[in-house]
Amino acid sequence: MITVKDLTKQYPDKVALDHISAEFPRHQTTAIVGPSGSGKSTLLRSLNLLDRPTGGEMTIDDLHVDFSQALSNATVLKVRRHFGMVFQEKALFTHLNVLHNLTEGPVKVKKIPKAEAAKQAQALLDQFHMGNLAERYPYQLSGGQQQRVAILRALAMQPEYLLLDEPTSALDPELEAQVLRVLRSLAEQNTSMLIVTHNMRFAQLVADRVLFIDDGKVGFHGSSEDFFSSDSPRIKQFLGAMTF
Amino acid sequence: MSEFIDLAIKYLPSLLKAAIQYTLPLAAISFFFGLIFAVITAVIRLAKMPQNEWAAAFLKILKAVAATYVWFFRSTPMLVQLFIVFYGLPNAHITFFSNAWVSAITVFSLNTGAYASESIRAAITSVPEVQKEAALSLGMTNWQVYWDVVFPQAARISIPPLSNSLISLVKDTSLASVITIVEMFYLSQQIAAQNYHILSMYILAALVYAFLTSILAIIQHYLERYTSRFAQ
Repeated sequence: MITVKDLTKQYPDKVALDHISAEFPRHQTTAIVGPSGSGKSTLLRSLNLLDRPTGGEMTIDDLHVDFSQALSNATVLKVRRHFGMVFQEKALFTHLNVLHNLTEGPVKVKKIPKAEAAKQAQALLDQFHMGNLAERYPYQLSGGQQQRVAILRALAMQPEYLLLDEPTSALDPELEAQVLRVLRSLAEQNTSMLIVTHNMRFAQLVADRVLFIDDGKVGFHGSSEDFFSSDSPRIKQFLGAMTF
Repeated sequence: MSEFIDLAIKYLPSLLKAAIQYTLPLAAISFFFGLIFAVITAVIRLAKMPQNEWAAAFLKILKAVAATYVWFFRSTPMLVQLFIVFYGLPNAHITFFSNAWVSAITVFSLNTGAYASESIRAAITSVPEVQKEAALSLGMTNWQVYWDVVFPQAARISIPPLSNSLISLVKDTSLASVITIVEMFYLSQQIAAQNYHILSMYILAALVYAFLTSILAIIQHYLERYTSRFAQ
């Protein structure tokens, strides 16, 4: 379980996260939704410390992090080991083929022997029907294939939580459907996921919980059913403006 | 024309030998050290300020030194730099540089390093930020991010400008003749002074330089083709 308490991210001219408190249970999918620029991505990136919160606390299982104090490099690495991340943009390593994209983390970070890592990576690719892409370089893949490989690259590290930052926003509807199928299958396998998404239909379909961020603050935090049937005028207004 | 061909047959082997004995080693050694200077300088100039006050102050000094180094070697002629190091420093009792080879390699390396550092800096900054973030999110250390992800991608981008630096360096080694190194151009001068075929001897020297730099251009072409396998 990840617990954040009073998480704050303040820029000189703007408060991106304003005392966010929330819980993200394991083996559940949480959709982080909200208007553009509300702080959803900042929250996600704060969890694995790509963005450093300026205040608040975070607990990941037994690991406690207090953002009012300077973090050591060891703590940062320890935190990141809990997470895998999939980015909005194409973030596969362009100089490596698909198989090596999947083995880079396990070999370099977890020190798994290359042959063993390659075997595991190939098995993962086969499991998601992408074994034939192993030798291809990122530029030889479609956008949907790239994002699916990016998901597998994150999974190859066997993270406890998978963070996805609008993983389908740059894809056309057909390619988006390919990626969403993979995510749905992961959700069905009880993978712990936190997904920033604008796709409300997908959120409604796969998310167990919803965190609605509005102007850097928590606007709603609870079950997916409660969110989508909420009487709150603000949530209704938000959902009304979104495409299902 | 037949006279030129006779001269070529007679002197080309000596010029090629001088190129292999002096020009190429001078260029290769200087380029090797130049690349080391370039990478160090580029990394220092791109380094983000650490939170620790003392570390930040130290990095600030390093950045100023790196910027001054690049500025000096890019804004002064290499010939003047050679004179300062070979004739000037020993005159100020820094005798280490009274050896012509040491002076030449020092100046060529520092000069190449200053120019190449800008090429490497540009190549590193052209690697998208998301590539670094993806590596960090896998749990890589900063060193691993640069070594395993950023440098390999930056290397591909920097092949053309670095090849230009190497080709320029091969030609610039002729300047070593002014500090008594009998490299290929100096040898052609000596031969021309003896046989008075001045134009022919200098054309021969030019042809040898053109031959060497053409080989480098071909290697550059194949390197670019090889590295383009992972990007369009």
